[in-house]
Amino acid sequence: MTKKKLTYSLNYRRPKSEYNSSDELMICIRYYHKCSKTNKTKIIKKSTGVKCRLEDWNSDWHKSPDRSPVKDSDPNYRKKNKLLKQKVKTFDIEELFKSVKNDSFSPYLNSKLPKGPIDRKWTNHKNTINLVSPANKRNIDVIVVGTGLAGGSACATLAELGYNVKAFCFQDSPRRAHSIAAQGGINAAKNYQGDGDSIYRLFYDTVKGGDYRSREENVYRLAEVSANIIDQCVAQGVPFARDYGGLLDNRSFGGVLVSRTFYAKGQTGQQLLLGAYSAMNRQIARGKIKMYNRHEMLDVVIVNGKARGIITRNLVNGEIERHSAHAVVLATGGYGNVFYLSTNAMGSNVTAAWKAHKRGAYFANPCFTQIHPTCIPVSGDHQSKLTLMSESLRNDGRIWVPKNIKDVEDIRSGKLKPTEIKEEDRDYFLERRYPAFGNLVPRDVASRAAKERCDAGYGVNKTGEAVYLDFASSITRYGKEQALVNGQDDNNLEIVERLGKEIIKKKYGNLFQMYEKIVDQNPYETPMMIYPAVHYTMGGIWVDYNLMTTIPGLYAIGEANFSDHGANRLGASALMQGLADGYFVLPYTIGDYLSDEISTGPIANDSEEFITAEREAKEKLDTLINNNGSKSVDYFHKKLGKIMWNKCGMARNKMDLESAIEEISKLRKEFWKDVKVPGDQNEFNEELAKAGRVADFLELGELFAKDALEREESCGGHFREEYQTKEGEATRKKEFQFVSAWEYVGEPKNAILHKEKLEYENIEVKERSYK
Amino acid sequence: MKLTLKIWRQKNFDTKGSIVNYEIDNISPDMSFLEMLDVLNADLILRDEDPVSFDHDCREGICGSCSLFINGQAHGPDRRITTCQLHMRKFKDGDTIYIEPFRAKAFPVIKDLVVDRSAFDRIQQSGGYISINTSGNTQDANSIPINKDDADDAFDAATCIGCGACVATCKNSSAMLFVGAKVSQYSLLPQGQTEASRRVTNMVNQMDLEGFGNCSNTGACEVECPKGISLDNIARMNRELIRASINK
Repeated sequence: MTKKKLTYSLNYRRPKSEYNSSDELMICIRYYHKCSKTNKTKIIKKSTGVKCRLEDWNSDWHKSPDRSPVKDSDPNYRKKNKLLKQKVKTFDIEELFKSVKNDSFSPYLNSKLPKGPIDRKWTNHKNTINLVSPANKRNIDVIVVGTGLAGGSACATLAELGYNVKAFCFQDSPRRAHSIAAQGGINAAKNYQGDGDSIYRLFYDTVKGGDYRSREENVYRLAEVSANIIDQCVAQGVPFARDYGGLLDNRSFGGVLVSRTFYAKGQTGQQLLLGAYSAMNRQIARGKIKMYNRHEMLDVVIVNGKARGIITRNLVNGEIERHSAHAVVLATGGYGNVFYLSTNAMGSNVTAAWKAHKRGAYFANPCFTQIHPTCIPVSGDHQSKLTLMSESLRNDGRIWVPKNIKDVEDIRSGKLKPTEIKEEDRDYFLERRYPAFGNLVPRDVASRAAKERCDAGYGVNKTGEAVYLDFASSITRYGKEQALVNGQDDNNLEIVERLGKEIIKKKYGNLFQMYEKIVDQNPYETPMMIYPAVHYTMGGIWVDYNLMTTIPGLYAIGEANFSDHGANRLGASALMQGLADGYFVLPYTIGDYLSDEISTGPIANDSEEFITAEREAKEKLDTLINNNGSKSVDYFHKKLGKIMWNKCGMARNKMDLESAIEEISKLRKEFWKDVKVPGDQNEFNEELAKAGRVADFLELGELFAKDALEREESCGGHFREEYQTKEGEATRKKEFQFVSAWEYVGEPKNAILHKEKLEYENIEVKERSYK
Repeated sequence: MKLTLKIWRQKNFDTKGSIVNYEIDNISPDMSFLEMLDVLNADLILRDEDPVSFDHDCREGICGSCSLFINGQAHGPDRRITTCQLHMRKFKDGDTIYIEPFRAKAFPVIKDLVVDRSAFDRIQQSGGYISINTSGNTQDANSIPINKDDADDAFDAATCIGCGACVATCKNSSAMLFVGAKVSQYSLLPQGQTEASRRVTNMVNQMDLEGFGNCSNTGACEVECPKGISLDNIARMNRELIRASINK
């Protein structure tokens, strides 16, 4: 044990600016522990059980003669100060360290990894965890927030098992969750193509693709259950693409060398979600799922240290409701909308996850964000969202910019058409830089390469932020093949082009149509223009192997958690993870926790904790409605988005990140002072819902920047300009081979870092090369 | 572009609604229709007026949230798209645009242009599924080979986004295209055969209970459907229904 230092502090659960002077707060003792090994200081807090009002708190207590933190304006100030001093006297650090080690709130993260060889871990774990008998499941309630692939599949499976499920979504129907917009496909280690795929290879590709920042055990389990997902979905009637023999077809995706992606044209997410939705419908009809549409979760309620329910707002009539259960599952997706412009749906938000974080759930790796290389470029200031063009297009499309800057200028001024540029004057920069993987490098690599070309001045649209995705050579290749099959002349360019276009249309018809509607150009005739955009967040709530957060009884699944994709997600793996968590992992691991709850009985929703949480949520909404500022919610959201994109986007550096933290914190203060929310609380009020979400983005953004600042390396989607090779490739660092899990203590920038060390026993950590 | 908007405003289901006029300026042809409404709302908020409520989420034509009746057409003048994919370049400077909610007895108005389409959910709950539990040992996916043409037809039916344009367009407010699409998806697949009779009977019953009208084969639904769901699906549903009534 090294140097000892104790101080008093107030335990803020929200930003200071949100408190009134009459609010009562808990006083804590802080202990600054300086670790002798790393020489870094860690703060450990312990509650004293003594509360005081904000106006009675003497923040300069150390300067006062008797070092008393409670001012004499408090009626019980003598008693309180005496008690506090006693607490300091009896403060036993040894004991604290011992107690925190066994406590799930501890600074030591226990990820509950099972023992044994990697390919036996999940089986062994399932064989040894506690189960709940069918008779007891009937008496246990589970709340699931979010009904996308993860939430929808979890609801259905939990209900099939016999639990009483309450499901919540903010959309008007569970079928509209944003999983529906996933296009390309879903990975599974089926090896139907006989190209050498296996569970191990899928596991290996995912860990490598994630730049060695994901947890080996979780990823292996994901690869293991991936094949079951396909079986399950086909049995449910999901119409995957098939070949003429009637068997399932596959395509290839970025970052891998096999074809393991199952797909349903460019609408795979839709078909899988409708599958999960149909499974949910069956349980809703049976009364095992109670569905709450158009409900937004405002807070999670903790009773005696366990998650016991949520506070929601009915978006139709504004009613605030209390819902209790034995466990709460968050399947609320990612937080890409912190960038304002992203491929996420307009309603996608971080509120549920962030509220859980503020109640004690650690937030892991917030800076790991995926910027997807193939999106439709921004067309102007009015833009409200960005549209993705599936990565599957990179199977047949070649990405290029002109080699000569003169051609770029002519294209921008409209003097030259891209089709008029000769083959030798084109720079297929991905094929040039990464000959082995070419256009199919992982997303982070492809995005940065496009940015590099555009920054160098080779961008091909008016704003200089676009590259070409060209299908001409695939059209010719497919056309020739088809002409031979049909017995037609494969040298007749007209026939070849027509046949080739038909094949491309079959494969990507809906994507081409979507592009044409938005950009007003025909992608069969002229190359598409694309540019990277925020698409997915690998970071999320920290969970252990059972998918439980640091709050007992609170679970996080799908994009909302952090566990499987490391610093970069491979294409077609999001659908796989969502369904794996929901169908095959959570329904079993949650039993381990619920087995202790069989005799708990129904959870009351009128306890003090529920009433307090409800009141706090209402007060916050009141503040927003009565604020009467001068600027709309979107004004602040757009401003936040600009800061995030410019300073925490595809390339980051220390100076920008530091200024981002300051700017976001300033913007947040301005928001609470000057935001204008029209209408009432007790009605359908979209602006109010939006305001609550943006308020949380304004806090998350700060933690995001802080995380990016502390991670002094480049890995996956996180690229720090200070850490790169001469060729501009990312430099990963061994000493950052850990998960950053942040504990909320007040202002997001003051969050406390907890580390989970990542060990790789089954994969050699190598430089990630796609050359 | 400068436009005159005539928008249906209705505080809630119990209040009577009416068309309200709005003038709007500086609209770029590259904007989407919903972005144009965003601009209007930003204006209204700053003028201390209630912004126009409308459903929207993914804004890329797949979630099926957006549901505007524009100049008398579901999802507006363009073909095979949802409202969020409609762009202002389809309109001319100085145009007057009427914007109304999807109207049907079974779709009560919640506010302004937002309607309650939960009737669709209830139809699906009545039988729009294959009764199979989640288990790690369902039979191998490739043990059920499916003729490619059938698989493709099932997929085409399954691409329905449940937006309700068919209902809004139909003079009878019929949901036959929606229900037909769901019934077809399962009836074309071997997995769906076991429960085929029960499914079609229950779904059609629920559809009637919700207050949707019958089909008189005008085909307007197919024309307005953003996903191009074919009228064949209605025929297939009717065949299934007859078969189910005989097999009873």
